[in-house]
Amino acid sequence: MADVVTETASACVNELGHAVGMPQLCGDWFLNQIFWLLVTLAVIYLVLTKVALPRIGAVLAERSGTISNDLAAAEDLNRQAAEAETAYNQALAEARAEAQRISGETRAAIKADLDAAIAKADEEIAAKTAESEAQIAEIQANAATSVAQVARDIAADIVTAVGGTPDQAAIDAAVDTRVKGN
Amino acid sequence: MAEPSETGGLSFHPMDQFIVKPLFGDAGGAVGMLTITNATFWMALAAVCVVLLFVMGTRSRAMIPSRSQSIAELAYGFVYKMVEDVTGKDGVKYFPYIFTLFLFILFSNMLALIPMSFSPTSHIAVTAVMGFGVFFAVTIIGFVKNGASFLSLFWVSSAPLILRPILAVIEVISYFVRPVSHSVRLAGAITAGHAVMKVFAGFAAVTLVAPFTIGAMVAIYALELLVAGIQAYVFAILTCVYLKDALHPHH
Repeated sequence: MADVVTETASACVNELGHAVGMPQLCGDWFLNQIFWLLVTLAVIYLVLTKVALPRIGAVLAERSGTISNDLAAAEDLNRQAAEAETAYNQALAEARAEAQRISGETRAAIKADLDAAIAKADEEIAAKTAESEAQIAEIQANAATSVAQVARDIAADIVTAVGGTPDQAAIDAAVDTRVKGN
Repeated sequence: MAEPSETGGLSFHPMDQFIVKPLFGDAGGAVGMLTITNATFWMALAAVCVVLLFVMGTRSRAMIPSRSQSIAELAYGFVYKMVEDVTGKDGVKYFPYIFTLFLFILFSNMLALIPMSFSPTSHIAVTAVMGFGVFFAVTIIGFVKNGASFLSLFWVSSAPLILRPILAVIEVISYFVRPVSHSVRLAGAITAGHAVMKVFAGFAAVTLVAPFTIGAMVAIYALELLVAGIQAYVFAILTCVYLKDALHPHH
């Protein structure tokens, strides 16, 4: 810097190239700085407004949109899961009710069959009993008749044996009276 | 840089770093309006950094952002929220302008911390253009949006009636001081920081104090890194505050 500067182009720099006073206050340089400042600011402004700011704004908007979409989707899935659980519980309750209904019906059917079978058996038993009673009655009647007959015969025989003449009508009346009496 | 001067002692030239010189040709050549200077170069570099981060960095438009896209989105969200919070919904349409200023100042400040670099934001010519630009823009917006009722900004209706004319004078003065403080704050902070670093760097040539000096340089560099970010933030948020006054002038 200390090399020889033959002529100084500005009053703000001395012959050795050092600043005279504050270079900030050197009027010779104002126009240059102001011009290039305005150019720089214009370039930055154009770059920002034409490219950078719309791009960043779009990215930020897209991101917040994606985040809110994802949140909404998560909420939707959550709701669907809750719905599925409700449906599952409902299906379970329905299945349980159906099972109960089927078992009830089966039980009723079995009971009906059983009742029918019991009724039929009772009927058969009653029929058999009646038949048996009829037979017994017949047998009893037969027996009574036989007893009367035997008694008549014996009575006639006894009368004959003792030398009498059996009066068949009297014997019959006497036997009938006695047989009835027992 | 400090260097042994012709007389043998140390001489500091902490302001040499702020000299504007043509990038090509003779270093001492004339600086015209269109001359490509070191100022041009470092401002262009800031623009290139913006392009790299906000165009190349977001090229993939990924749903899950890469690192550079993440940084771009963070910067976008940070400034957007600041504009929305300070100025309200109707200030959001001015967001690209505020973001442009914020990014230019931020990248200029950060790039200026590279050794041997030039700091455009240390120049009052640069910061004043931005400061007065904001001032005029905000004033015009204020009158266009509110008409004459924009002047109620200076009439503090919540104060006692007697105090209002006095307050109005103070408010008017403070309103016109805004662009000056707005621009001088930034240029002053950057100039002071860089000059201090240069002075410490000059002392580093003295063996006895060199270790202390270098330690101090590291500390000041860290501080300057903080200042670079904070100044960009302050410039942007003050712009938002001025814009809020223009959009809603009633106290």
